[in-house]
Amino acid sequence: MKKTGAQIIWETLLQEGVEVVFGYPGGANLPMYDAMLDYPVRHVLTRHEQGAAHMADGYARASGKVGVAMATSGPGATNLVTGIATACMDSSPMVCITGQVASRFIGYDAFQETDVTGITLPITKHNYLVTDVHEMAQVLREAFFIARTGRPGPVLVDIAKDAQQASIEWEPDDSPIRLPGYRPHPHTLPADIQKALELIHAARRPVILAGHGVLLSGAMRELREFAERTHTPVAVTLLGISGLPASHPLNLGMMGMHGEAWVNHAIQESDLLLAFGMRFDDRVTGNLKSYATGAKKIHIDIDPSEVNKNVPADVALIGDLRETLGWILESVEPCQHNEWMEYIAAMMGDASVRDIQNLPDSGNLYAAHVINDLWRYTGGNALVTTDVGQHQMWTAQYFKFDYPGTLITSGGLGTMGFGLPAAIGAKMARPEAEVWAVVGDGGFQMTQAELATAAQEDVKVNVAIIDNGYLGMVRQWQEFFYQRRYAATPMRNPDFVKIAEAHGLTGLRVTQRSEVEDAVRKAQNTPGTVLIDFKVEQEDSVYPMVPAGADLHNMIRRPMPSVLVESANDTI
Amino acid sequence: MQHTLVALVEDKPGVLNRVASLFRRRAFNIESLAVGHTDQPGISRMTIVVDSDDTSVERVTAYLYKLVNVIQVRDLTAVPTVSRDLAMIKINANPENRTHIMQTVDVFRARIVDVTSNSFIIEITGDEEKISGFVEVLRPLGIIEMVRTGRVTMARGATPLPSTNGNGYHPAVEI
Repeated sequence: MKKTGAQIIWETLLQEGVEVVFGYPGGANLPMYDAMLDYPVRHVLTRHEQGAAHMADGYARASGKVGVAMATSGPGATNLVTGIATACMDSSPMVCITGQVASRFIGYDAFQETDVTGITLPITKHNYLVTDVHEMAQVLREAFFIARTGRPGPVLVDIAKDAQQASIEWEPDDSPIRLPGYRPHPHTLPADIQKALELIHAARRPVILAGHGVLLSGAMRELREFAERTHTPVAVTLLGISGLPASHPLNLGMMGMHGEAWVNHAIQESDLLLAFGMRFDDRVTGNLKSYATGAKKIHIDIDPSEVNKNVPADVALIGDLRETLGWILESVEPCQHNEWMEYIAAMMGDASVRDIQNLPDSGNLYAAHVINDLWRYTGGNALVTTDVGQHQMWTAQYFKFDYPGTLITSGGLGTMGFGLPAAIGAKMARPEAEVWAVVGDGGFQMTQAELATAAQEDVKVNVAIIDNGYLGMVRQWQEFFYQRRYAATPMRNPDFVKIAEAHGLTGLRVTQRSEVEDAVRKAQNTPGTVLIDFKVEQEDSVYPMVPAGADLHNMIRRPMPSVLVESANDTI
Repeated sequence: MQHTLVALVEDKPGVLNRVASLFRRRAFNIESLAVGHTDQPGISRMTIVVDSDDTSVERVTAYLYKLVNVIQVRDLTAVPTVSRDLAMIKINANPENRTHIMQTVDVFRARIVDVTSNSFIIEITGDEEKISGFVEVLRPLGIIEMVRTGRVTMARGATPLPSTNGNGYHPAVEI
């Protein structure tokens, strides 16, 4: 049948199972937007293309499907860049479709022309420029295939306007994708599994480092079974949170820069690290020279380039985590590490005394309280998105994630403004979920225009602004490392409640801990998006903290609260 | 040390840019890069010389494999190979030194491929050392311009570029 390139785009998207796209129209993608009206696809008009990219990312992470973002050429496409880089760092499957000026103008600095494939080359898993309508369907099918297989990632397809307009005789093709240089599914070698088993059986102080790969490969059950059978404690990366329930007795919590002391000490003193789908990011390891020097390392990852990148592996198992763990589970013997577990448990005692949760209510509102209360009043059932910064770390520490895939956060790139649009995307993917965007006052203002998207699309998300009137994490670094010289971190914020109201949404303000529950309940029971402005302690800091580049065991501990010093001394 | 990598890549627009961008992005220095067609249509062959340690070359190899258009990569540094570089050298050739130049060309088994009343273009192939030696001998005579292709390398013996073990788990990451 005769189809235009624009129609072929939508035909192919439907073939790929796309139900919703996030985007923004403009001159160079007008043909595809015009054709869209004839296809059963929901389009979400964002207020900025960055929002579209984050929504597609949030949608992808919440659904496991490929998220789709669309933008026009030039500024539309460049506005996607932050969102693409975010998805790339966090291995999120996304296809971005951008309009490009007509092929005869490419290279002539035409109006709204920019070299989008050139710009996004280092931040995509792969990208394409389509100038010939005959290639349209094949390229889009490859794009979805590449985005979702292997280690997932964003793929950008830049489509010249004339290729959208041209008509050809076309029939859908569902033949298998053949890409000679693409190896999405490597298999580990049996001999290496054997070596890994030997190390596992010989270990006395093992620690599992569970990363995003657990969730991406769906290895939650295998991780749990392995940890339980080998009696091995599990430390999680930020993106590995919820791969094992926080309430599981073997789950130590988050490792790294803001990991609890016992987690980092356990890693430093271990004799075997089992890295499951994680990449030894610098925020996780601290100083590499002093990192877990007494430990052998078994590294399982689907991406060969992650092995031996930061930390040399004694055994590298290159493959899908779920599949590889399945093979290991076929032969791994039950182990007992009671002494080691007791040793780690002993390290927890001191830390819990310092925990802000155990502070008496001084009348001030602490972010940690807000987030922990939010966890309790949502029954731990909420899907939470965050930006980057203090509120993100407090969320990782004080919201106890028990259900897989319930934390969606910008980890690798650390993108401010990610939380709200990601929440909207996540809600689209999982309409039944209670979705909370926990954001800082700084990050929120970077993408707060997406409140209008939430209002227009009638999407219900709840926004918890952890509002301390500072760019909090930068302020914390200035306090610790720059003699409290608060350069450009204090913020004079607008009235966030009024901003919500200006969008026809509900805004609430909370200044006391006693008000938290009512506000959360009201947000849960009010139709439409609700924003809560939590006015928290201004100069609170995230503890513990391993300064950037310092040894993982040398952390700045939470200050001992003076009222508790006496009782703490008793317990130590 | 210098490593010689050979990559078979899809012959598509932008592939050279993807490879070059990878080296730039990951802060590896390319000493030389030669690209050309192979006997198989649609497949180009790159010979890339990088100066780095063994671990870094493993990383480069792994990153190259991540490029969708890269079909095969092999580090030929440690295997017996034949390497060649080709140079064309334009040189002042006056009646006084013509004979001397022609004798030197003979000694190095080079060829004169263009002759004018006052210049020669000399073509020479060989390994880089031989060419560099030749250039040094010619230099006092007055080189006008010179171009070199960069190294191309092939492993000795009948087998083609050895493949990976077929599932993408390439030897470079084996421990």
